[in-house]
Amino acid sequence: MNTVRLNENLITKPDVALGTAFASCPIPISDYPNVLLAHGSGGKLMHSLLDKMMLPTFSNPLLETSHDGAVFPVGNAKLAFTTDSYVVHPLFFPGGNIGTLAVNGTVNDLAMCGARPLFLSAGFILEEGLPMETLWQIIQSMQQTAAVAGVQIVTGDTKVVDKGKGDGIFINTTGVGVIEHNLTIAPSSVRSGDVIIINGDIGRHGMAIMAAREGLAFESEIQSDCAPLAASVMALLDAHIEVHCLRDLTRGGLASGLVEIAMNAGLGIHIVENDIQIMEDVRGACEILGLDPMYVANEGRFITFVPADQAERTRAILGDDARVIGTVQDNSSTLVTMESAIGTSRIVDMLSGEQLPRIC
Amino acid sequence: MKYIDEYRDAKAARQFANAIAQITTKPWTLMEVCGGQTHAIIKYGVDELLPENITLLHGPGCPVCVTPVELIDKAVEISSRPDVVFTSFGDMMRVPGTNGDLLSSKAAGGDVRMVYSPLDALKIAQENPTKQVVFFAVGFETTAPANAMAVFQAKQRGIHNFSILVSHVLVPPAIEAILSSPGNRVQGFLAAGHVCAVVGYTEYEPLAQKYHVPFVVTGFEPIDILQGVYMTIKQLEEGRAEVENQYSRCVRREGNLPAQQLVGDVFTIVPRKWRGIGEIPHSGLGLRELYAEFDAEKRFGLTDYSVEESSDCMSGLVLQGKRKPIECPAFGTLCTPEHPLGATMVSNEGACAAYYRYRRPDASEKPVLSKKAEVLS
Repeated sequence: MNTVRLNENLITKPDVALGTAFASCPIPISDYPNVLLAHGSGGKLMHSLLDKMMLPTFSNPLLETSHDGAVFPVGNAKLAFTTDSYVVHPLFFPGGNIGTLAVNGTVNDLAMCGARPLFLSAGFILEEGLPMETLWQIIQSMQQTAAVAGVQIVTGDTKVVDKGKGDGIFINTTGVGVIEHNLTIAPSSVRSGDVIIINGDIGRHGMAIMAAREGLAFESEIQSDCAPLAASVMALLDAHIEVHCLRDLTRGGLASGLVEIAMNAGLGIHIVENDIQIMEDVRGACEILGLDPMYVANEGRFITFVPADQAERTRAILGDDARVIGTVQDNSSTLVTMESAIGTSRIVDMLSGEQLPRIC
Repeated sequence: MKYIDEYRDAKAARQFANAIAQITTKPWTLMEVCGGQTHAIIKYGVDELLPENITLLHGPGCPVCVTPVELIDKAVEISSRPDVVFTSFGDMMRVPGTNGDLLSSKAAGGDVRMVYSPLDALKIAQENPTKQVVFFAVGFETTAPANAMAVFQAKQRGIHNFSILVSHVLVPPAIEAILSSPGNRVQGFLAAGHVCAVVGYTEYEPLAQKYHVPFVVTGFEPIDILQGVYMTIKQLEEGRAEVENQYSRCVRREGNLPAQQLVGDVFTIVPRKWRGIGEIPHSGLGLRELYAEFDAEKRFGLTDYSVEESSDCMSGLVLQGKRKPIECPAFGTLCTPEHPLGATMVSNEGACAAYYRYRRPDASEKPVLSKKAEVLS
């Protein structure tokens, strides 16, 4: 993403008075009269919501970079700014809870901008009747997670809604971080020949949640990979790795992350299935339910795009579980392709909505 | 992972591909029956490893695809009623009926819940005695035993607020319909392994004899499919038409007898309408009179409801192996997973959705598929 100055050009002026604008604009999404769950799944339906409704309406250069956060200069500093809401059921799951997610998720979005996370806000929407003990556990987890991630929760808000109008607790966190380098870490910086490195195995968080939510009993308990990623990213930047792009692999998983970057970069991506690590119990759970781990959410995994000559150093910094999984191709296509386990090649596409377990 | 990794091995795949190439002397057209096999073939590019003169056609074995639109309409109608909890496997939720799908019904306020087993639905019924709990009982012989068990237990335990909306279909009658159709070009079948795990494969033996086509009961991993193709081609090249079993780690000739007994006790064979194909005699299962009280169509007074299907979609031809998805002019343009014209584009295991997801030609690329795009007419 190109750094932009906060000046007049950044502020889009409405062409018409607000009242007229709303009266004359038809709803840009006509296929669905109601919002479906799939509109929040990280797949194509969600992207159509963003592309047709949010982006053109709020249109401005910062938003259009389609990154995990906005990056802009303030005085001599460059800041990153991001927000995320957390609505998870169950509130507690193996490896974390909604509080750890709410801190790590926003910290990670800042890290994906190449920023050192500094401050978070926390907005709570509590449902009447939520046990105070539950709230206390979540608040404590948030504080512990923030301490580990090196951020402070410096402002917040609390609202309570009627019983039945919320799912126990919803949390929004907004984060501010500082950028201390001159790299532009964004899909637009990805170059043909870049190597793609992932920091570990995929699919744990989504399957941990699904197993906990649906009461699916597997032989061993799958733990969420929920973790702060800022330290890993800072280690890369401190080692002067020329990071071109970073993406955490949350909703929509590895596949959606790759497809988004290929599309935004205008370049093809080729990955190798056998180089992607998946824990045996995650694979087993996915096989049973007919889900593809490539689309399952992670909360502690990210991909890094770096020049080929820095791949080995990057992998070493990211640790023993990091793997090179693919390379960026030339610009003849913006498809993500994958060499399958049996040596053939296929497309990796974004899903329409959430993955649904199959009949048989 | 055991029973997975060894069946997704590149070296073994090449060995089977070479072996198939060595024994193939002329063009052959095979059909894999099950949607799970179609999905694996396209996902792993199994067909790309085969000699040019072997064509794989995709059969009607996708339960989501063949469920008639009127059943979806009935499901949506029931799910929108007050005091109903409508339960379904996940992949039926997105299939469009005449006026929307189950997910839309849920968004509009219907109590629609995804379950992993009909027994989960039965549990919901037990826990919510003031609600009518309906389970959408679709699928082939594979899902019939669990559905039969749910109804059997409901009767045993007197859970009267439970019912099922039945759309069970059977594989052998559909295969016979394909074999007896005048335009048939299928010369050998990869029979669906999981269906045979339940019902065995004795039913295919008279079909193999009558139509002189080989059947090989085949699993779902790439190496299973390659081995199934090898065994079928070998029979064809040797002029044999027998029923063989590649999937012996799961399937016995007689199948699962207790499961068959239960299915036979609860269900009876009925004519069934297949989406895109039409009615096939003796091709479905319906509840026996003894269990009629658990029939959701009767309970909700929807027995006379029927719908004409749209003619815009050629999914019926795709399901019968008469067209490939990419031969449809609407494929990837008017018809996409976001805007499906037919069920073969909706279900994960539908042939059109598999092609779209794994090998859709990009505007800037030549179609990956070229080598067999000419297939059928």
